[in-house]
Amino acid sequence: MRVPIADFLVLSGILFAIGTAGVLVRRNALLIFMSVELQLNAVNLTLVAFSRMRNELNGQVLAFFSMVVAAAEVVVGLAIIVSMYRRRGSVNVDDASVLRG
Amino acid sequence: MIPAPHLDFLPLLPELIVAGVAVALLVGGALVGRPSQTVLLLLTLAGLIAAAAASAYLWNWDGPGRVLGEMIQADRLAVVSRMILLGVGAFGALYGHHYFARTGVARMEFYPLLLLAVSGMTLLVASADLIVVFLALEILSLALYILVALSFRMASAEASMKYFLLGAFSSAFFLYGLAMAYGAAGTTKIDGIALALSGRTGSQPLALAAVGLLLIGFGFKVSVVPFHMWTPDVYQGAPTSVTAFMAAGTKVAAFTALIRVLDVSFQPLTWDWRPAVWALAAASMVLGSLLAIAQTDLKRLLGYSSIAHAGFILTGLIATDGAGIAAVTFYLVAYSVTVLGAFGTVMLASGGIRERTSFDSFRGLAGRSPMLAGLLTLFLLSLAGIPPTVGFIAKAGVFGSAIRAGFWPLALIGVLASVVGAFFYLRVIVLMYMEEPQAELEPEGAALPGAALALAAGLTLVLGVFPQIILPVLEKAAILRW
Repeated sequence: MRVPIADFLVLSGILFAIGTAGVLVRRNALLIFMSVELQLNAVNLTLVAFSRMRNELNGQVLAFFSMVVAAAEVVVGLAIIVSMYRRRGSVNVDDASVLRG
Repeated sequence: MIPAPHLDFLPLLPELIVAGVAVALLVGGALVGRPSQTVLLLLTLAGLIAAAAASAYLWNWDGPGRVLGEMIQADRLAVVSRMILLGVGAFGALYGHHYFARTGVARMEFYPLLLLAVSGMTLLVASADLIVVFLALEILSLALYILVALSFRMASAEASMKYFLLGAFSSAFFLYGLAMAYGAAGTTKIDGIALALSGRTGSQPLALAAVGLLLIGFGFKVSVVPFHMWTPDVYQGAPTSVTAFMAAGTKVAAFTALIRVLDVSFQPLTWDWRPAVWALAAASMVLGSLLAIAQTDLKRLLGYSSIAHAGFILTGLIATDGAGIAAVTFYLVAYSVTVLGAFGTVMLASGGIRERTSFDSFRGLAGRSPMLAGLLTLFLLSLAGIPPTVGFIAKAGVFGSAIRAGFWPLALIGVLASVVGAFFYLRVIVLMYMEEPQAELEPEGAALPGAALALAAGLTLVLGVFPQIILPVLEKAAILRW
């Protein structure tokens, strides 16, 4: 049995929405970052689903690009979050309040 | 046997040079141990100049319009935008050299990171495929996240974290938009999308979702309301030299890519995206100007002003003809020159590692340093759009093209926002000239950034009086072939 493409799109839409909600609701920088990763993976699912719908490989190649970028983002992002933790002892974004106005 | 594809690397030469120098500096710097900052600066400038020469050569490129599997655009818009960006990069390097030497945190990583950010920006303006747009956006963003954190102040680390989290968030939206465009058109090529979408009738939910999500992604990068929250924090927290570089560079790069996406890819949907761009432009101009009034820190004020300016530039994007694109590119030149000058003056006037950029430190600046006060006045007048500065010509250009396209209410909102804007820029000028100095801080003169400031001031005035020097070039560049 072949699962209809629409199911994949709905699922990825739901995952993307969960990720978006996570970014907006969570206050811990690491959890926010994990929510962004969830969004990116939802997009990968969309790309692969469209690729299958159109019977061509481009979409799957694009998913690889997005994985590489996500990995690079992890490298830089975790470094920034760790340096923040070392200075402040907390990665709560509400504590980051030097800049206000 | 698979035939070997013909690869034409020439149109990518500027990026290859810039990224190559970046990698060479990174490896070389690690081998040498503690390389001299001046040598690094000179090598960086040499790389940028070589890239500019390569890019100038491409002006008369007569090969195919797109190369490397139709991923890279070899048109004149790319040439012009690259030239602006390489100039912005040179300013950033000069400022950074001074800033990091003065604050005593001289680091060799600054130059390779700056060059990598420049390579991402120049790749962004030359991309012919949405996936290249995405990669270039990431290259420039990842380098900028680190550049923002490159000082020991707490504010700098905090700004970097905010910028990173919101930047990654916006990248996810951009990528989702890309996926939707792929679903709607079956391709991510910028012109291929237009070909696939044109001639279709009926509603196109996937294509509309694509343009909406891409607009959110770009909106974060160029800081338009309601995606502007990070801007004032990051502009204030980042080292001033980095702020100058990113304020000018990201706007030029992202707006040029946005021109390609809106005017080429989604040209068949112009009537659908125009209301959205209209609303974003109006909201940015109004809120950017209104929120700036309450600020008491000059870098933060310039952050809000950059939000308003993003709105002015979007106003020019509403008109999709060649004249509109030329007006937008002229605005990008004007904004780059002015904002580089403004942040450069703030950098020289705010002194030391603590970065005194609150209004109190600028009280009576004219008495302590008439030169810096005069320069800052000139740049603020240009940001406000008062003749004979380049800011006036730029604003007249974008409002003119909006009116020609029939969007006079938007131009009217823009003019009103400019009036509000003039108020807070003038308040800073009054502060510098009419009040008694409070801080004991001595602003310092420095040869290299001083020369850069003189150049920015010269361009602000010369382009304000004789815009026809560069207008013909921009008009030739504004013809998009696809």
